[in-house]
Amino acid sequence: MEKKTPLYQAHLRWGGKMVPFGGYLLPVQYQGVIAEHMAVRTACGLFDVSHMGEILCEGPDALKNLNLLLTNEYEGMYDGQARYSPMCNENGGVVDDLIVYKVNDERYLIVVNASNREKDFAWMQAHAVGNVKLTDISDQVAQLALQGPKAQEILEKLAKPEDIPAAYYSCTFHKKVAGIDCIISRTGYTGEDGFELYMAAEDAEKMWEELLKAGEAEGLVPCGLGARDTLRLEAGMPLYGHELTDETSPRESGLGIFVKMKKPDFIGKAALEKMGDPVRKRVGLKVTGRGIIREHQPVYLNGEQIGLTTSGTHCPYLGYPVAMAIVPKEKVQLGDEVEVDVRGRKVAAQVVKLPFYKRG
Amino acid sequence: MNFPAELKYSKSHEWVRVLSDGTAQIGLTDYAQKELGDLVFVNLPQPEDEIRAGEAFADVESVKAVSDVYAPVNGTVVEVNEELLDAPELINQDPYEAWFVKVEQVEEAETLLSAEEYEAFVAQEANK
Repeated sequence: MEKKTPLYQAHLRWGGKMVPFGGYLLPVQYQGVIAEHMAVRTACGLFDVSHMGEILCEGPDALKNLNLLLTNEYEGMYDGQARYSPMCNENGGVVDDLIVYKVNDERYLIVVNASNREKDFAWMQAHAVGNVKLTDISDQVAQLALQGPKAQEILEKLAKPEDIPAAYYSCTFHKKVAGIDCIISRTGYTGEDGFELYMAAEDAEKMWEELLKAGEAEGLVPCGLGARDTLRLEAGMPLYGHELTDETSPRESGLGIFVKMKKPDFIGKAALEKMGDPVRKRVGLKVTGRGIIREHQPVYLNGEQIGLTTSGTHCPYLGYPVAMAIVPKEKVQLGDEVEVDVRGRKVAAQVVKLPFYKRG
Repeated sequence: MNFPAELKYSKSHEWVRVLSDGTAQIGLTDYAQKELGDLVFVNLPQPEDEIRAGEAFADVESVKAVSDVYAPVNGTVVEVNEELLDAPELINQDPYEAWFVKVEQVEEAETLLSAEEYEAFVAQEANK
């Protein structure tokens, strides 16, 4: 039985088509994936991402624990800074990818993928060292994502300008948006400017309605999981279970810059060292033939199978289908013409630079 | 939702329009296009291909997934609607004009539904 987010009734009211995802019933779309995708690229979209998990990491050894659990470096952050990281297992595969917000020296907020929440929390607890307290607060927290070039303009109608974080990957705590206490974070998963707002679950519905009302003139529309996926793919962003798995090294999934091999230690470091320099890499594929490439489809270069796709679909803003694939590093160059086996039919594609889309 | 009275329907959500020369056009219903969402790609058979009732003869892809389109009747393809290859969104915009194929030697191998029957069937599906 899937859980409902605090916005379930609001989704039905707004015409959301509900589907199970990550243990929750969430809208896959309202008016349509393409229209919602375009709204985020050209105006603004509002997403319910309350299914994401939130874990507090507190205590004198909070930082020490983060640096052991995660591959990125958490030393030297300022209060209100956000930092992305993979979390590896002992074999160097990925348990999850997540964002950590620093509240203060002894308090951090970790945001994880919905489908990994319980696994992550158990993993963190099993590997905790010293004086640290981990608390899963997911059920008390709702999260909304306001994404698009008009996001700032819309948010300014409901919040004081000085409360809105200016820097990408930073946040402000206990600020009011539409009179509701929340965390305002300048982050997102769409490739656009925008915000993620964290608030008490009971305030979510009011926030949702106030935002949609405030943004109506700017073209703000509610968006579902469908557009969330096409937007992140167009922006070349990885998704756990696709580009990242518990068997794939983050250094081979294009996340090498978030893996600090010079850190004294972290879980998975020994295994990653043993693997040596990555022999595979994540690349973008632009479909040049006819067809749509999906995940787990074989990629051929000069007739030889060289890897598998990890995600793929039609990108509404670019207007053509793309895919991502993990392939041998040395064998594949930008501009190479490859073929992908789409249910028995070969579809031509070209290796292109990631991200497919970058905001101007 | 729209259910033109002059068409026949299959439980797998295709429609059939029998033309005056005995050939028939086949397409996806309004209900099907709504369920599938924005369509971005169509795979069509070729002229002279045989299609068999209940078997897939084409597929359509939305941004999220690929779905088979089943033949509601037996027949031989005489024409494919190539316009759909470049503009699959026509299926969303006007599902009963966006025919996929035209077939001849049409044989109703499975019982098709009238507009009224199909509407009732869809209402049932939606309540599942």
